[in-house]
Amino acid sequence: MNKDKQLTSEEKEAKKKEMIMFLSSSEEREHFLSKKNRKLLSDPLNDNNPITVQVLGICSALAITVQLEPAIVMAIAVVAVVAFSNFIISLLRNLIPNRIRIIVQLVVVASLVVLVDQILKAYAYDVSKQLSVFVGLIITNCIVMGRLEAFALGNGPYKSFLDGIGNGAGYGLILIIVAFFRELLGSGKLFGFEVLGHRAATVADSTGLYSVGYENNGLMLLSPMALIIVGIIIWVQRARNRKLIEVN
Amino acid sequence: MELVNLFVRSIFIENMIFAYFLGMCSYLAVSKTVKTAVGLGAAVIFVLLITVPINYLLDTYLLRPGALSWLGEQYADIDLSFLSFIMFIAVIASMVLLVEMVVEKFAPALYGALGIFLPLIAVNCAILGGSLFMQQKDFTGISEAITYGLGSGIGWFLAILAISAIREKIAYSNVPAPLKGLGITFIITGLMALGFMSFMGIKL
Repeated sequence: MNKDKQLTSEEKEAKKKEMIMFLSSSEEREHFLSKKNRKLLSDPLNDNNPITVQVLGICSALAITVQLEPAIVMAIAVVAVVAFSNFIISLLRNLIPNRIRIIVQLVVVASLVVLVDQILKAYAYDVSKQLSVFVGLIITNCIVMGRLEAFALGNGPYKSFLDGIGNGAGYGLILIIVAFFRELLGSGKLFGFEVLGHRAATVADSTGLYSVGYENNGLMLLSPMALIIVGIIIWVQRARNRKLIEVN
Repeated sequence: MELVNLFVRSIFIENMIFAYFLGMCSYLAVSKTVKTAVGLGAAVIFVLLITVPINYLLDTYLLRPGALSWLGEQYADIDLSFLSFIMFIAVIASMVLLVEMVVEKFAPALYGALGIFLPLIAVNCAILGGSLFMQQKDFTGISEAITYGLGSGIGWFLAILAISAIREKIAYSNVPAPLKGLGITFIITGLMALGFMSFMGIKL
């Protein structure tokens, strides 16, 4: 009799351990930057880029790519908003009723964007003037809602945070590439420095490339060129990575 | 005359898509066929027409620096404008829900046509963009806000109608494989935006 009881209590112990193993989520035992988590960070940069592959977040992206500086500030702002909203929604994911989840998400994102806006106004006033309404438009940037819906609602906080950083960076990468070409070709500058030489009123007075008759391409400063540059980026990316090609 | 000028400007010159790239996500995702594009475009006009004037009233009587002076002298120097993002998006989200319910109740046929697009619109940049530009432009009366909302809605509608018609045709063309789908749509949109720039100098 005694032995039987011991056996059952041992069995109970084993079951308890199993339960504990089951409950403690796998990510806690995983290394912080395990292969899976690294993939969360690196995938959105190329194979699963939010702009060129998932088609998210173009809305507020392109109007601010005339110069590099606002583009980089915008990229940082979006990384911060996506990462933290992913983190917060992922913490709340079991508490939010399904029917009103969009409003809850919007409120969380909007509060984060208000924070970002106030910080920009305090520490980078000139850039925040240049970005004007586009900081506010991060709220409805599809990339934020898209990642919340597709990832944060079904994954743990740490993973969601990484996913947010990865997708924000993937978005920022495209933004910075577009801004690089537009500023370089459109006004011959990078971050406001005249990298192609100084352009004076006459060719004789100019230095660098301008002294041999080079002209800036004013078309690059107009908004349509941003779309065409993104189109070309997609072309180059898909030509190198043929599994992304659409079949219709 | 001022209103007509604003109306034309908001449709053609300050077109939501071609000048500011607002609402591009749904513009690219829903423009595969003309029929769905018309549905979404109509829903955008509808929601912009409602939310821009409401947010105008909210901005004038609640958020703007000094807007609370109608409550009394002591409230005159309160500036609530940092709240405008949250207020605007809350108005938009709740208006979209409300419109969805009203349309479902009183116009089931329209609901059938617009129904699936209405929730999408709460997160359409063009809607929030309309309200934010309205705030920046310092309109002097609600009629200007209504005109601006209607005009930018129609501009968005025209853009998505045009691109969806082009995409239906281009599906049969011989586009380089890596450009198929998304890439060529971007480039066409860019070219259309160049075309729309020719409206730049028009002033009524």
